[in-house]
Amino acid sequence: MVETASIAGQETYNYKVVRQFAIMTIVWGVVGMTVGVFIAAQLAWPWLNNMIDVPYFTFGRLRPLHTNAVIFAFGGSALFATSYYVVQRTCHVRLFSDKLAGFTFWGWQTVIVLAAITFPLGLTTTKEYAELEWPIDLLIAVVWITYAIVFFGTLVKRRVSHIYVANWFYAAFIITIAILHIFNNLAVPVSMWKSYSAYAGVQDAMVQWWYGHNAVGFFLTAGFLGMMYYFVPKQAERPVYSYRLSIVHFWALIFTYIWAGPHHLHYTALPDWTQSLGMVMSLILLAPSWGGMINGIMTLSGAWEKLRSDPILRFMIVSISFYGMSTFEGPMMAIRTVNALSHYTDWTIGHVHSGALGWVAMITMGSLYYLIPRLFGRTLYSIKLVEWHFWTSTIGVVLYITAMWVSGIMQGLMWRAVNADGTLTYSFVESVQAMHPYYVTRWFGGVFFLIGMLIMAYNIWKTVTGPKVGEINDAIVAPALAH
Amino acid sequence: MEIVAILQSVWTIVVMVIFLSVVVWAYSRKRKAEFDEAARLPLDDDDSVEATVKEKHHV
Repeated sequence: MVETASIAGQETYNYKVVRQFAIMTIVWGVVGMTVGVFIAAQLAWPWLNNMIDVPYFTFGRLRPLHTNAVIFAFGGSALFATSYYVVQRTCHVRLFSDKLAGFTFWGWQTVIVLAAITFPLGLTTTKEYAELEWPIDLLIAVVWITYAIVFFGTLVKRRVSHIYVANWFYAAFIITIAILHIFNNLAVPVSMWKSYSAYAGVQDAMVQWWYGHNAVGFFLTAGFLGMMYYFVPKQAERPVYSYRLSIVHFWALIFTYIWAGPHHLHYTALPDWTQSLGMVMSLILLAPSWGGMINGIMTLSGAWEKLRSDPILRFMIVSISFYGMSTFEGPMMAIRTVNALSHYTDWTIGHVHSGALGWVAMITMGSLYYLIPRLFGRTLYSIKLVEWHFWTSTIGVVLYITAMWVSGIMQGLMWRAVNADGTLTYSFVESVQAMHPYYVTRWFGGVFFLIGMLIMAYNIWKTVTGPKVGEINDAIVAPALAH
Repeated sequence: MEIVAILQSVWTIVVMVIFLSVVVWAYSRKRKAEFDEAARLPLDDDDSVEATVKEKHHV
C-alpha cells in the first residue's frame, strides 16, 4: 500500500485539457443552438432566407452547420472532456500524453472552425452528418486516431486492474467512430474542395446510413452512456443499479446497433432483405437500450427523494427518461409500415431532437454541472439557476417534440390521402401551409432550450471567474482497490 | 450459394451462443463480489470540491 501511495502521490491528473474541452462544450452549445433557433425561424418565416442578397445564410447552408455544431462541436467536446476525466479518475493515472491530448483539443477546434467557414460557402459532400470535404476529413481522422492513442494509452498504464464500465462505452465509441468516419468518407478528390464518394448508387446510400445510424448509436449513444455510468452514480452517491446488467448492456448494444442503418432506406432501391434485416435489428435494439435505461434510472432506487432537492441529478434522470422514450420511438419508426407514414416528415426531426435535446444535451448539462466545480476548485455559483435551466430546457424539449409529432403525422397523412378517383387530396404546398403553426411552436421550443443554455453559460462563467477557494489539488490518490 | 446459407445459419447460432455466454458469465454467482467491488470504483475515489481544493499532500 505504501509503495502505491508514494508513486501516485507525485503524479497529478491532466485537468488542463478537460477544462479546455468542458468550457468549449458550453461555447459551442450556445453557438450550435443559436444557429438551430435561427434555421427553425427560417422554416417558420421563409423571408428570413433572403433578408440580404447573399447565399451564405440560407437554410440549406446553415442546416449542416447547425447539425455539425451541436453533434460534433458541442457533443464532441463534451465527450472529450468527460472521457478524459473519467478515464483518469477511474484508472488513477495521468493521461498517456499531455502533448497528444493538447493536440486533440486544438485539432478538434480547428475542425469546428473549418466547418463553420466551409458550410456557409456551400462546400459540402452532401452526405448527412458527413458533409465536410476531404481535407477536413483527413484532419478529423488524424485527431481521432490521436484521441484513441491517448485514451487507450491511459487505459494501458492504469493502476486499477479492472476497467470500469464507463470506459468500455467510451472505448467502443472511439473505435467505432474511427472506422465509420474513415470508410464512409473514402472519396476521390478532384480539387481542393470537391470530391466524389468512392461508392456509387445504392451502395453509397447503404454505407452512408451504416455511418449515419452508428453516428447516432456510437457517438450520440455509447459515448453518452459512458457519461451516464460515471456521473449518475457519482451525483447520486450510489453504485450503479446492476454492474452485471451494465456488462450485458454493453455487449448487446454494440453488437446490435451496427446493423440498424438500413431502416433509413426503407422503400428505396436497397434490396428488400437488407431493409428487413435493418428493421429486425432495430426492433431487437429496444432490449439493450431499455436495459441501459433501467440500469441508469434504478441507480436512484431507494434515494428518489434526491430528485426533489438536486436539479443536477434531475437533469441526469430526465435525460435517461428521454433516452428511454426515443429508443422506444426509434424501433417503432423502423417498422416498415410505420416508416411509410413517418419517413421524410417532421416526425423524424422530432424523434432526433427528443434524443439530441432530451438525452444527449441534458446528460451533458448534468455531467458538466458536476464536473466544472471540480475542475476549477470552486463551488457552483448558483443552484437556483440550475433549477431555472432545468425547467426552461424541459419545457423547450416538450414543446419541440410535441409540435413535430403533430406536424409530422399530419404531413404523412396529408401526403398519402387520395380521392375516390385516385388523385391526391392535397397538393404539397397545402401540407407546407398546414405546418406553419407547428413550425412556430417548434421555434418557441428551441428558444426555451437556448435560453436554458444561456443561463448555464452565465452560471458557469460566474463559477469559473469567482473567488478561488484554495489551491487546486490534482494529485493522484492511490486507488482504494489496489490494497 | 448453399454454403453461404449454411454459414449464415451457423453464424446466427454462434452469435446467440456468444451472447448467452456473456449473460451466464456476467450473472454467475462466483463473480458477484468482484462486480460489486467494480461498481464502487468511481465512488471510492473522492473527487468532491472540498477534496479538490485541499492543500496538495502526499497520501
